[in-house]
Amino acid sequence: MSRILPEREVVIVGFGWTGAIMAEQLTEAGMDVLALERGVWRDTSTDYAVNNAQDEVRYRYRDELFEDLSRETLTFRNTSDQQALPMRMLGSFLPGTNVGGSGVHWNGQTWRFLPSDFQARSHNVERYGEDAIQDDMTIQDWGVTYDELEPHYDYFEKICGISGKAGNLNGEIQDGGNPFEGWRSSEYPNPPMEMVAAPLKFRDAARELGYNPFPGPSANMSQGYTNPLGVQLAPCTYCGFCEKYACGNYSKATATTTILPALMRRENFTLRTGAMVLRVEKDSSNSRATGVTYLNTEGEEFFQPAQMVILAGYITHNVNLLMQSGIGEIYNPETGEGQVGRNYAYQIMSGASVFYDDDFAVNPFVGAGALGQVIDEFNGDNFDHTGLGFIGGGYIAQWQTNGRPIESHPVPEGTPKFGAGWKKAVRESYNHTVGVGAHGAVMSFRGNYLDLDPTYTDAYGRPLMRLTFDFKQNDIRMSNYLTGKVAEIANAMGGREVSVSPVKTPYDIAPYQTTHNTGGHIMGDNPGNSVTNKYNQSWDLPNLFLTGAGNFPQNPGYNPTGTVAALAYHSAKAIREQYLRNPGPLVQA
Amino acid sequence: MRQVIGAIILSGCAGAAWAQSDANTWSTLQRGLYLTRVGDCAACHSVEGEEPYAGGLGLPTPFGTIYAANITPDNATGLGEWSQDEFYDAMTEGVRPDGKRLYPAFPYTHFTHVTREDSDAIFTYLNTLDPVRNDVESPEIPFPLNVRTAMRGWNMLFFDEGKLEPVEDKSEAWNRGRYLAEGLAHCGACHTPRNMLGAEKGGNAAYTGGVIEGWFAPSLRGGPGGEGLADWSEEDLAEFLRHGRNGRSAAFGPMAEVVEKSTRYLSDEDLEAIVAYFKDLPFGEVDGEAAEPVAEDDPAMTAGAEIYATQCSACHGPEGEGVAGQFAPIAGSSLAQSSDPTTVVRMILEGARAVPTEKYPTAQAMPAYHWKLSDEEVAQVATYVRNAFGNAAPAVSAGTVADLR
Repeated sequence: MSRILPEREVVIVGFGWTGAIMAEQLTEAGMDVLALERGVWRDTSTDYAVNNAQDEVRYRYRDELFEDLSRETLTFRNTSDQQALPMRMLGSFLPGTNVGGSGVHWNGQTWRFLPSDFQARSHNVERYGEDAIQDDMTIQDWGVTYDELEPHYDYFEKICGISGKAGNLNGEIQDGGNPFEGWRSSEYPNPPMEMVAAPLKFRDAARELGYNPFPGPSANMSQGYTNPLGVQLAPCTYCGFCEKYACGNYSKATATTTILPALMRRENFTLRTGAMVLRVEKDSSNSRATGVTYLNTEGEEFFQPAQMVILAGYITHNVNLLMQSGIGEIYNPETGEGQVGRNYAYQIMSGASVFYDDDFAVNPFVGAGALGQVIDEFNGDNFDHTGLGFIGGGYIAQWQTNGRPIESHPVPEGTPKFGAGWKKAVRESYNHTVGVGAHGAVMSFRGNYLDLDPTYTDAYGRPLMRLTFDFKQNDIRMSNYLTGKVAEIANAMGGREVSVSPVKTPYDIAPYQTTHNTGGHIMGDNPGNSVTNKYNQSWDLPNLFLTGAGNFPQNPGYNPTGTVAALAYHSAKAIREQYLRNPGPLVQA
Repeated sequence: MRQVIGAIILSGCAGAAWAQSDANTWSTLQRGLYLTRVGDCAACHSVEGEEPYAGGLGLPTPFGTIYAANITPDNATGLGEWSQDEFYDAMTEGVRPDGKRLYPAFPYTHFTHVTREDSDAIFTYLNTLDPVRNDVESPEIPFPLNVRTAMRGWNMLFFDEGKLEPVEDKSEAWNRGRYLAEGLAHCGACHTPRNMLGAEKGGNAAYTGGVIEGWFAPSLRGGPGGEGLADWSEEDLAEFLRHGRNGRSAAFGPMAEVVEKSTRYLSDEDLEAIVAYFKDLPFGEVDGEAAEPVAEDDPAMTAGAEIYATQCSACHGPEGEGVAGQFAPIAGSSLAQSSDPTTVVRMILEGARAVPTEKYPTAQAMPAYHWKLSDEEVAQVATYVRNAFGNAAPAVSAGTVADLR
């Protein structure tokens, strides 16, 4: 029997990037907002002090910022005919927990998707014909356009103080930026980061080969910055502890460093930590969400009534909450029916390492999560795919993210895996190796999806989420094509030797790849192909909104955070300007 | 608002304290609230997390701990039975209705300058609070000071009762600033050094800096070298009091609370007045001569430079330049060069957190180094920051650090 709490206007489940964005936008409009976070309060000064934040054992290897799999996890298999087993250790991806969510430990590579990415199906069909959509591919248009999202990308970049160089200002191509990007209404709020030796090697080689390298857009500050909320960010010190770490210097944009200082002062906002939401409750006619049921850390159960529910958890949790609450129909890959859990996608990574002799020192410890040079010639539909046998693409980059001593020890091919030979190679290579990577799109396919596991349950007795995923032919061909381009540039970088690492198949959930999981509660233009409309409002319950990368119908070749945030601002704007006046479906089905 | 009205009706029903009903106007109440903030009454009379103004906060003094009174209108344990006259007497003479004398931890030596009208407004406001029953502990003061009549003697020596006569050749703003600073705002309670008997020193010694809760409250006069407010402009000081920081420093420690609970609410006129008064104070004679910098090749300086580079420079900059409006510059910092190194050493040991304000919501913090640096290392880096980048101040010894740790 749960205790019933006083009703709130808005309850937000999960308090990472999008939870904070929605709370900020809706409290600014005068709404009364309560955010529920399963984890604990975390702040820069009290938890990630600059003199102890750089601790590899504590953060990377003891998972301090990541979710606790002993309470909730998922089961995994590559294909529907296999038996899925629980993921008992974090590996391929690292969802966060606590205030700030996964956004606390991101690198800060902050992209916009290409305009054509939002028309993934119609654009490719128009250019290459129906045959381009192959292999049970289930990609679709988003229902929202780049032009609609542009102001929200722009605002998010200003909230974060993104360091970069525009390549397309209002349609005019700019020197030094990404000439392929969609139009932007203003220059980045901060200049690019100061480049170090490795990205410059990449830049020069890429230029030689006729490409257009440009500085990666970075949420690591190139200079001191005050954002539109009055919140301050400090210049990055290039310490090389971004991804998997919290920044101790206020130099990486996160919800904690850009929004919370302003939001937490507002009297119409409440944050309740230690609140584990178990399900969304509905009224008897299945037409509205009435609130959420959660457990506190003592295990007591509460019902929190609310006029509006926003699910802002990591994608697997958002999808899980829909399934546990019986909202919508769970996807069936056999029949193609049901939308919840459909179109799970990921990212496909490959790369090469260039090994130099002693005459070129990299100083990899001078790094930052989004310090790098990039080419975008092979992303999305920036190149002609005719005859290539795939659609989609990715960017190729040299990011100098870190030289962290435990994690970072590249060695040439043929080096022993341990012992004196390995140690010697680590010593020789540590300061003389440059990595180049391809960050590729993953399309959506009939056989890649989330549903509920029939065997395993979590600490709360609920069935675990089951992930069925493998890389499919379209994406493997694409990745191999990009890997060829990576090798071409790597070989032009003047090293002693190059070792190339193509994507490994089948997909293995154990080695770290990227925390860019997408889909499962995708958006679209009608209830027959999606869970939410273009405003990320549930088709089933109009007072339920879902934020995050779960809305992506497929995963383009860029890091997702910029788009995740732009979608949240787009959704908040619709709530403020349309829903409040006329609560109900914002798009008629 | 509804709550305030409710409280007024409640205390109106309670009767006794609400005799002067003509004071019950919104403008009086608002003035009372404003003045209560100017006086920062909440700083001592509230305990974090408890009902505001219900008292009970222990105030350590060199003579023992005194507990701040409950100033809510509770009949049994607060000011519920007090009259406006009795409140005025307590404020300005340090005497309770029962004739007992207050200890000067309650700054009646300042509040004696407060006008009757202002005192009444504060009393009117306090009477709108919810009455809270909270029987505050008796002071832990040893004999003979626990005999409150002993305060008569103290008062004879150190208490100048009465109002401030306006100084004719000073501006109206200056006189207003003086009235507030010397009176309700009681700035000297922290920023003026005290004598053996706990009384603030007068004359040129006033506002030359005092030690409060183990922090050194810096001189407000300016002085030789980098001491005090000498090179703060009027805008710097106003920005600091209004928003908790300026290009030079951020409020931390006890001053953070003062900004948060008091000075940020000052009206533009009153803020300007206080700034005008302090910027007009003559330079103090702090420790005589300006300090000579410690030599660059002194072993403490070379060791300190290394510690600075690895532990401090990420925020404060390789040249001590800081980050404008975020991390304090060390070059030219009056705090770093203060004659009394207490604050510098405590900052390094314990860290400090900037007060978040509306304009600067980010509460940047200096982390604590007590776990990371030895006494010797703290002394070395403290000596370094006091003497690098053009700074000059006496060296800090490991013994000083050990005492403060």
